[in-house]
Amino acid sequence: MIIGSQKPIDEIWSMVKDFKKVLVFACNTCVAICHAGGEKEAETIATLLRMRAGQEGKSMEVNFASVVRHCEPEYFEPVMEELQKYDLILSTACGVGVNFLSDRTGKIPVYPGINTSFYGAVESPGNFVELCAGCGNCILHLTGGICPIARCSKTLMNGPCGGTNKGKCEISPDVDCAWYLIVERMKKLGNLEKLAEIQPPRNWSTSRDGGPRRVSLEHIRAYEEQEELKSETAGGKK
Amino acid sequence: MKSGSNLERVILSGKPAVTAELGPPMSADGHEVTKKANILKGFCDAANITDCQTAVVRISSIAAAVLAHREGLEPVMQMTCRDRNRIGIQADLLGAAALGLKNCLCLAGDHQKFSAAGRLKGHPGAKNVYDVDTCQLVGILKKMRDEGKQEGGDPLEVAPKFFIGASWTPMGDPIDFRPMNLLKKVNAGADFIQTQGIYDIELFRSQMDKIRNMGLHERTAILGGIIVPKSAMMLKYMDSSVAGVSVPKALIDRMNKAKEAAGDDKKKARELQEAEGIKLTVELIHQVLETPGIRGVHIQAIEWETAIEGIVKDAGLYPRPIFETE
Repeated sequence: MIIGSQKPIDEIWSMVKDFKKVLVFACNTCVAICHAGGEKEAETIATLLRMRAGQEGKSMEVNFASVVRHCEPEYFEPVMEELQKYDLILSTACGVGVNFLSDRTGKIPVYPGINTSFYGAVESPGNFVELCAGCGNCILHLTGGICPIARCSKTLMNGPCGGTNKGKCEISPDVDCAWYLIVERMKKLGNLEKLAEIQPPRNWSTSRDGGPRRVSLEHIRAYEEQEELKSETAGGKK
Repeated sequence: MKSGSNLERVILSGKPAVTAELGPPMSADGHEVTKKANILKGFCDAANITDCQTAVVRISSIAAAVLAHREGLEPVMQMTCRDRNRIGIQADLLGAAALGLKNCLCLAGDHQKFSAAGRLKGHPGAKNVYDVDTCQLVGILKKMRDEGKQEGGDPLEVAPKFFIGASWTPMGDPIDFRPMNLLKKVNAGADFIQTQGIYDIELFRSQMDKIRNMGLHERTAILGGIIVPKSAMMLKYMDSSVAGVSVPKALIDRMNKAKEAAGDDKKKARELQEAEGIKLTVELIHQVLETPGIRGVHIQAIEWETAIEGIVKDAGLYPRPIFETE
């Protein structure tokens, strides 16, 4: 899932302080699980902003609302009319949600209430860890299920650099060396010899380097078009 | 000959090769480079010109290599994967070859967070590149030289002819993988290898046994790395904090003894430790060169280039061989 973390309240205040009617708009999927931008967090931010407005003598109305997901239009379509009553939407969804909503709110700006951090998992309660970089060309079958793109500080493809120290990365003794983990895992799988194969320079065009990415499923689109056509024809018969 | 560099000629001659290191300054002071080049000239076959080592901005490796070359010191330019993508790397390699450089050492590069181990501000917020890694970079140099092609496949009318080097950390974690790490660099096309500093000669020799069993010592020229110790403190630091370096207690004890012999006299303590450091270096050079499969030494006297002359002479490696160039 997508992991985010709340922006400092001072930074949020500096973004919102000149608006009169602010809606803190939460997403109850990924960012709720990582305690960054779910309804509970949106309520807290709204309360803090109201208090701050009071302290600074600003007249500001701050409310909060939430929907299940910010990345599919059907989820926030029911509240679109309500959103029109505000002059700023402070979204606590991930960056995808902010972009997606911003395209649909006309003159009302949508600002980010959280920093979108990475794709990760819940390692233990309150600990979230990055495990995938979304590079668009998965090689986890070659590396024992441990991603060197997401987990090696240098995205190395052919083994560890000289910076591995007691199994940790040269950037910090708190960071595991991904290649140390890969080697240990491949040993356990009896596959260490497979790492001898040289991985050639990657084609990064499937990653962010290729520009904004899009996945189009022809069969789904064709099905949707057919359904649309069917309902149109049915309507025509009436 | 692949490159016609002096280093390649020495290695082909079968005599033990000696390389040293020259760190360019953190300013536009070219005189610093020419000064260091003249100190090293004649006492090594080639000197590595570091590429923003410890992730700190310095005169670029290529520019400093050209300055050193003009002084008569053969440079080994370095190319890290940290700062350039394959377009920048290849453009710089073509430029370096056009300027007359013939040796290139391929490195991953210290991570930008390193900032001289926190002693300097550096640029920890920089974006790193790592479009390719060391193994892939070695392959790119080989493809350019031997196939006359860019990585993407476009032809090179004049190919850059580099003697291709790579580093190897024989005693780094995970230690069982390190021989395979070297195998990959050799398969990619590394003509010579410079290792991380060696103090634990027993452990190094056990790794070299594996390398000889794999036949790698015949496919590449391995130069054993020697880091000249200046003090007991430096040895302790390297043992605890430098990746892939372990220093046996006996060596640290020897340096401590040298330090203690000076009593409270700090100047004398420094002098005694430096003298012991040089003695220790010469012993290590002999032990490394006696290790079967080793073809030379890479001596790093970090910010202490003046030590090289005495070390090379004491080790019986002076004068350096001279070859007629075509």
